[in-house]
Amino acid sequence: MNFVFSKRAKITTFVLMALGVIGIIGGLNSHNPHDHGGQEFWSNLLVCGFYFLAIALGGLFFYALQYAAEVGWSSQLKRVFEGIFHRNIPAFSIVLVIVFVASTLHLNHIYHWMDPGTYSEFVIPASVEGEHDTYTNDAEATGAQVNLGIDKIIKNKRAYLNEGFWWARTVVYLGVFIWFGNWFRKKSIEEDALDGTTLHVKMFKRSAIFLVLFAVFSSTLSWDWLMSIDTHWFSTMYGWYVFSGMWVTFMIFATITTLYLRDKGFLPKVNDSHIHDLGKWMFGISMLWSYLGLCQFLLIWYADIGEEVIYYQQRFENYGLPLIVMCVINFVVPFLVLMARDAKRNPVFLRLTGCLILIGHYVDVYLLVMPGTMYGHSHYSWWQPLMFLGFLGLFVYLMLNSFTKAAMVPVNHPFIDESEHHSI
Amino acid sequence: MARKVFHAMYDDDDKLKEAAQLIVDKGIRVKEVFSPFPIHGIDPIIGVKRTRLAICAFMYALTGTSLALLGMWYFMISDWPMNIGGKPNQSLINNITSFLPVTFEFSVLCGAHGMSITYLLRNGTVPGMIADNPHPRSTNDRFIMEVTTDENSSMSVADISQILSSTNPEELSEKEY
Repeated sequence: MNFVFSKRAKITTFVLMALGVIGIIGGLNSHNPHDHGGQEFWSNLLVCGFYFLAIALGGLFFYALQYAAEVGWSSQLKRVFEGIFHRNIPAFSIVLVIVFVASTLHLNHIYHWMDPGTYSEFVIPASVEGEHDTYTNDAEATGAQVNLGIDKIIKNKRAYLNEGFWWARTVVYLGVFIWFGNWFRKKSIEEDALDGTTLHVKMFKRSAIFLVLFAVFSSTLSWDWLMSIDTHWFSTMYGWYVFSGMWVTFMIFATITTLYLRDKGFLPKVNDSHIHDLGKWMFGISMLWSYLGLCQFLLIWYADIGEEVIYYQQRFENYGLPLIVMCVINFVVPFLVLMARDAKRNPVFLRLTGCLILIGHYVDVYLLVMPGTMYGHSHYSWWQPLMFLGFLGLFVYLMLNSFTKAAMVPVNHPFIDESEHHSI
Repeated sequence: MARKVFHAMYDDDDKLKEAAQLIVDKGIRVKEVFSPFPIHGIDPIIGVKRTRLAICAFMYALTGTSLALLGMWYFMISDWPMNIGGKPNQSLINNITSFLPVTFEFSVLCGAHGMSITYLLRNGTVPGMIADNPHPRSTNDRFIMEVTTDENSSMSVADISQILSSTNPEELSEKEY
């Protein structure tokens, strides 16, 4: 049975996307006196793009994990996971690439290590007042003076953080994710018309390879795209922290989507045990996220070294309230609400806490980006939530649209029988 | 009337489950099932009450949390204020971050130990205790269902015996106690 995209759902997603367009227009015309050249708009685009790409990547990761670990219970939900990642990874890759192109062309200064003034040895002052200075490493260039504004730390990081290598990495990450996403989806649909386990074994092997790649890329992409915003600062926990955020947002999204599809009758054999298992993942990965967040904070707080503390200093000073509220929502709420067995089987509890944690993680991504790009001057105004809703609409639209393209429950998955009799 | 206990032995967990369903449908209450491993899905059939072990675990862990915080407050704040790495001393709340790992570990320690000990006591399986399973093979490859006349006073001994034997147990014993 294929999913039928109801008129109501279609209208809802289109309304959300329309709100998003209004948000984008509002963002382009925003009047934050401290905002130079639309920095706040671009940062928000990065926040939204990364947040939703992260959900989709979490989906691809979890999907591969199910294959690599030969998991039976989730095989009925396979198409739900596929729908979440297979159109959304390319779509939100484009959003990120737009931000990255703009950064490279200096339309924004999200990545200030891209500014030649931070790493060039010499500067040729502009001849006309108001024009940009030229930077060079060539001492013989006419009119070259020593660049006093050079940033030694950024210059030392040039070997890794330079536009060419950074773009090469970005292209490899996105290429690998898109390729694997499409491949899994294609083979999964082929399997519907095929008997036997040939394809299953093939996907099992391929998913193991993907997990190895993802283990590396999930860390490095968070260094490249997010940690390099605070160029001087670094943390070895950062990649894991971002990764656990990806994973938990995906688990919540998958849970809410599964509940929706089950209510609409498209997943007739999904029982309370499946929902319970999804709830356990929600609970468990929320704890993983909190654990990694605390570990990162604890070491930095304990050591109290200036160059490390600056990261939290900025966040506590200017974003103290959202930071603490975010930690409460993302840790205390799932801990207290989802601890009990019955709560994990109760759709109302799962939906409510799920939506709350999804917002909490939006704030988390916001706090990963904003303090580094806007410092204390970011101003949360009406167009930012609209932009978020717009991308949410796009995400849900692409997901529901891909549900219509294939049978909602895989036909020939070797574990489908096990999944239908799942009981815990 | 003499109080009697029946033990019906089966050689397969699925057979026991079917038998249990059958006799429960006929209105007999099963007192206990002895099995070498947990039988999936037997709880709702014989009507096992929900375990309260989780509540115990929470209370043990809470005890651990309080003890750890109380201990560290006494050692590091009250009795001999320690200045570690320039952190504000003489205040528990300002130092809470550095006490979290120990608090967490101690909560887990108390929770886990309390839970294990409670489980062993409640189960009657503390090392050294005399085993109360009716047949030694119920720890190996046999599955035993226990039915008492106490719990089924509305039925006659002959009726219970007849219904139990209709489930084809490998062995059916009837004892007074």
